Amino acid sequence: MAADAVPRLITQPPTAADDPRDRGGPAQPLLIAQNLEKHFPIRGGMLSRKHGSIKAVDDVSFSVLKGETMGVVGESGCGKSTVARVLMGLVPQDKGSIVFDGELVGGQQGLPMRELRRNMQIVFQDSDSSLNPRLPIVESIAYGPRVHGMRRAEARSLARDLLQRVGLDPALFAFRYPHELSGGQKQRVNVARALALNPRLVILDEAVSALDKSIEAQVLNLLRQLKQTLNLTYVFISHDLNVVRCVSDRMLVMYLGQVVEIGPTDAIYRKPKHPYTEALLESRLTTDPRTRVEIAPLAGDPPNPADPPSGCRFRTRCVFAEEICAARRPALGGSSSHAAHLVACHMADPQSGHSRTAPSSQRAAALGC
Amino acid sequence: MLDQTARSDLPLVEVDDLHVRFFDGDETVWAVNGVSFELMPGEVLCIIGESGSGKSVTMRALMRLLPGQRSVISGRIRIGQFDIMALDERRMSAVRGSTVSMVFQEPMTALDPVYTLGQQIGETLMRHEGCSRKAARARALELLQLVKVPLPERRLDSYPHELSGGLRQRALIAMALSCRPRLVLADEPTTALDASVQIQILLLLRKLQRELGMGLIFVTHDLGVAAQIADQVAVMYAGRIVELGSAGDVLLRPRHPYTKGLLASIVRDPLRDHDIEAIPGSPPDLRVIAQGCSFAPRCKFARPVCAAAVPRPRQIAPDHVASCVLIEDLPHHDAPAVPHPPFPTPASGRGVY
Repeated sequence: MAADAVPRLITQPPTAADDPRDRGGPAQPLLIAQNLEKHFPIRGGMLSRKHGSIKAVDDVSFSVLKGETMGVVGESGCGKSTVARVLMGLVPQDKGSIVFDGELVGGQQGLPMRELRRNMQIVFQDSDSSLNPRLPIVESIAYGPRVHGMRRAEARSLARDLLQRVGLDPALFAFRYPHELSGGQKQRVNVARALALNPRLVILDEAVSALDKSIEAQVLNLLRQLKQTLNLTYVFISHDLNVVRCVSDRMLVMYLGQVVEIGPTDAIYRKPKHPYTEALLESRLTTDPRTRVEIAPLAGDPPNPADPPSGCRFRTRCVFAEEICAARRPALGGSSSHAAHLVACHMADPQSGHSRTAPSSQRAAALGC
Repeated sequence: MLDQTARSDLPLVEVDDLHVRFFDGDETVWAVNGVSFELMPGEVLCIIGESGSGKSVTMRALMRLLPGQRSVISGRIRIGQFDIMALDERRMSAVRGSTVSMVFQEPMTALDPVYTLGQQIGETLMRHEGCSRKAARARALELLQLVKVPLPERRLDSYPHELSGGLRQRALIAMALSCRPRLVLADEPTTALDASVQIQILLLLRKLQRELGMGLIFVTHDLGVAAQIADQVAVMYAGRIVELGSAGDVLLRPRHPYTKGLLASIVRDPLRDHDIEAIPGSPPDLRVIAQGCSFAPRCKFARPVCAAAVPRPRQIAPDHVASCVLIEDLPHHDAPAVPHPPFPTPASGRGVY
């Protein structure tokens, strides 16, 4: 099916092993984020003095393996988009480091930002505001390659190939302007533009969230085909847990700037370990009117990220909160294996002193599942 | 017609053959093309549709909130004892807020940023019920308690920017309920909210609607939200209702190919190695009025007869209608599925915007 949709495919689909761009080998994660931190200052008053900061990303670490899709979920304000922007170098991190295929990004000896951006691209949520309204879409797509030194004619022909690949006939669409396209078509153009530099990693920041359901399904299918044919790795950021389950191999759950749970998607959906993840999963709505939710799984709104609760940040909404949760921040402990299912919760840590650190089967019974 | 509607066995809302057209320069957009439905008192109707299907325009037509210069509404709308199309602007303004009120999608733009919540809720009360400033403030406090805003005394003096999205939406609901309307129109009130907050607002709306016995028309694009709150479901496509029935009938036993497609395009399971069954193509251009079924260009069951005339609503069950010419021939949803056609290229032509 993929081959039918992209008749003018120029290259053979590479596999992870024989990709000439690969440096670290198959076991080296494509992307490692270590202890990333980004605090935005809150300024005010006459001299715009800093009187606080929004702790958008606070000590976030994770790695993305080659060829996988890493889902990132969380509510608005949890810092998932800030993580995307920090990874792309669109906002500099305050602390922490990014390693791309074994090379440290930035610094004197590190991978230059220009080189990183050729390998890593992003698709934003708002398909309209991320396209230049004054450029025909073929020029928008050719812009990146031109900046990176490709000749105009070559860049244009590449752009037309990419349009074909994302399912838009270049004969019909190449010289249209963004306002002449529907939301789904614009998002296809954004995907094509992200692919123009032949990246290895694409960050999809709520890339399908603004689309209608029927169009969303089309774009998700397209992304899956492209991933296979172009040997891509995705970081898929979304608030829609159904979509994340459908596309990701592993996922991480963020709450108020911190990672609360990380692991293989199937394991997390089968048995969430963090009470927040569990509540998020319960918040998914079925289309069966016979199974209605009677009690909201979570009360209240997320707290203000400028003044997060002490200790565990989720404790103000958690039904299991105890003294230890206010006193000490739970660590995302355990094995460093990529297949590990890790959680930052005192209930999962037998040494924490939380009264519910019972074996998991008993806790599951206590949770009523 | 006007005096017999206080009886509760009569529909609270009757909409008959509603058409809305917009004029933009020399172009005409046919936004709503013959929508008819009824709503009994105390019932919840969900209108489901994608963007551009005319669901929000239908809502605004019910309150006559469309720009008078650039739109034409025709058809018959009755809400309670009011013939909406016949009211003059002064009477219409009195009906808005007291008999019918509306909860919008984006609470930040629906609330006035320069007034406190207490002032905004109080203003509605003073305007419609003529009560004093002090009584209005007391009633505003009661309303904030009703919608379960924590620390309501403090929130009365808060400005909208000081509240979270969930609290703003609760405040907006409080304002909509302030004059005890018989009908509340909710236009995607939970779409901008996070999933965990969305459920809280849905449960609140459902509870208040039951306790206060209001009619509720709820517009959403999310079938999961509809399943949570709807008694009746109407599915709109290109300005027409294509399927209408009880929530159970429409969501569990859908008969129109579009409703089936919508349900199929919801991803539920890990589908990492195969495609989701998406509806091909894009919604139609409403600047061109279709002679036949608007969904036919995207429908895998389409036949020549579909392009000939707009299909009339066909009765499937006593309370379930769908507008599709092939309804008799369509397989039931438990029958083996027809093989899916090859992966479609989206938007294979002009006229798609």
